[in-house]
Amino acid sequence: MIKIQGVHKSFGDLEVLKGIDLEVKKGEVVSIIGGSGSGKSTLLYCINAIENIQKGKIIVDDIDVHAKATNQDKLRQKLGMVFQQWNSFPHYTVLENAALAPQVVLKMSKEEAMEVAKKELIHVGLGDKLDQYPMRMSGGQQQRLAIARALAMKPEYMLFDEVTSALDPELVGEVLDTLRLLRDDGMTMITVTHEIAFAREVSDKVAFFHQGVIEELGTPEQVIENPQKERTQQFLSKVLH
Amino acid sequence: MGFSLFTPLSWNDTGFILTGILNTVYISVVAIVIGTILGVIVGFFRAESNKYINMLIGSVLDVLRSVPLIIQLILFTTYIGAMGYPLDPFIAGSIILSLYTMAFMSEVFRAGFNSVQPSMITAARSLGMTYWQTVRYVRLPIGLRAVFPSWLGVALSVIKDSALVSVIGYMELLRTSEQLISRTQQPLEILIGVGIFYFIISYPLSLYGKHVERKMAI
Repeated sequence: MIKIQGVHKSFGDLEVLKGIDLEVKKGEVVSIIGGSGSGKSTLLYCINAIENIQKGKIIVDDIDVHAKATNQDKLRQKLGMVFQQWNSFPHYTVLENAALAPQVVLKMSKEEAMEVAKKELIHVGLGDKLDQYPMRMSGGQQQRLAIARALAMKPEYMLFDEVTSALDPELVGEVLDTLRLLRDDGMTMITVTHEIAFAREVSDKVAFFHQGVIEELGTPEQVIENPQKERTQQFLSKVLH
Repeated sequence: MGFSLFTPLSWNDTGFILTGILNTVYISVVAIVIGTILGVIVGFFRAESNKYINMLIGSVLDVLRSVPLIIQLILFTTYIGAMGYPLDPFIAGSIILSLYTMAFMSEVFRAGFNSVQPSMITAARSLGMTYWQTVRYVRLPIGLRAVFPSWLGVALSVIKDSALVSVIGYMELLRTSEQLISRTQQPLEILIGVGIFYFIISYPLSLYGKHVERKMAI
């Protein structure tokens, strides 16, 4: 379970998160929607200890993410993360990309790591690309590689930061299908997304962020279909046309 | 008189010339290897440290890069000798040539490390990799590949710059040829020959570089 309690985060003078409270239970899919600069991505970066916080607490399975004693490298093994940019390692093949972290971090043997990586790559539909170099693949394929690469670490949670935003429109579908696959596997996920229809379809909870606070939180039916707050209504009317 | 101090070039000189060639290769390899290792370390340190430390290291490197190599060689050997530590020309030459190489290499590698996108590093860290694992498996290989052509350029120029070590008495290819010239008085033939030898030493490296580049351009 991920517990976010009263989290404040600033970059210099700019306060990006102004007291965020949110809980994500095992097996839940939570989508975060909102305008740009609302702090959605920053929250994910804080959960994964890529960014520190000024106030509050983030607790992942009883581990205080930002406590001094916490081994953040170890913590990140629990939290898979996929970014807007796929960041494939260009010097490794698809299979080596996905096998690297299990081998280096989890100290698996090369064969074992390759086996695990292969399984995840087949799962996301890249079984026929194992020996290719990522530069030769489309953005959608590279993003699926990024997902498989994270899954090969057997994380307990997956964080998705606008994973379809940098893709050509015709490639968005294959990546969203992969996320649906993970939901069906029962993966706990937090997705920051601009795909409102997708959020409505897959989420157990939707949080609407506005200027660093959660303006509205509830089921997709509540937040997306019957938003109560004016700002949520305004935002949705803009993105849904 | 019927007697001449000069004797023409003959096959007996082959061994002498070969020693010169080997010594050129030897000191070049030493300088390139040491200069590369130090260059990677200094380049990485520069890519990672703040503006002020960088300015400090940068100014030292600027001196090494801006003062002509021949002056550095003479000053270093003379002063070390005058201080009571006469150094073998090979040792003195290797030290200066390595430092000179390092000064250029460190800039090459700094650019390489900086060319790795920060988001790539974040992605690697988010997989649970530690700082040093990220350096070892992501930043080094990507950064080094990016600057391989520049590295090759520096390495090739070091081979040619190694000729300057002749001024402190190291018996490399150029100095060998100078001695032969003073004995035979056949400068044209000898200098053309030496030029060809430098080409023969450098060209395979250049070819190898092209081969590696092709292999890396996946």
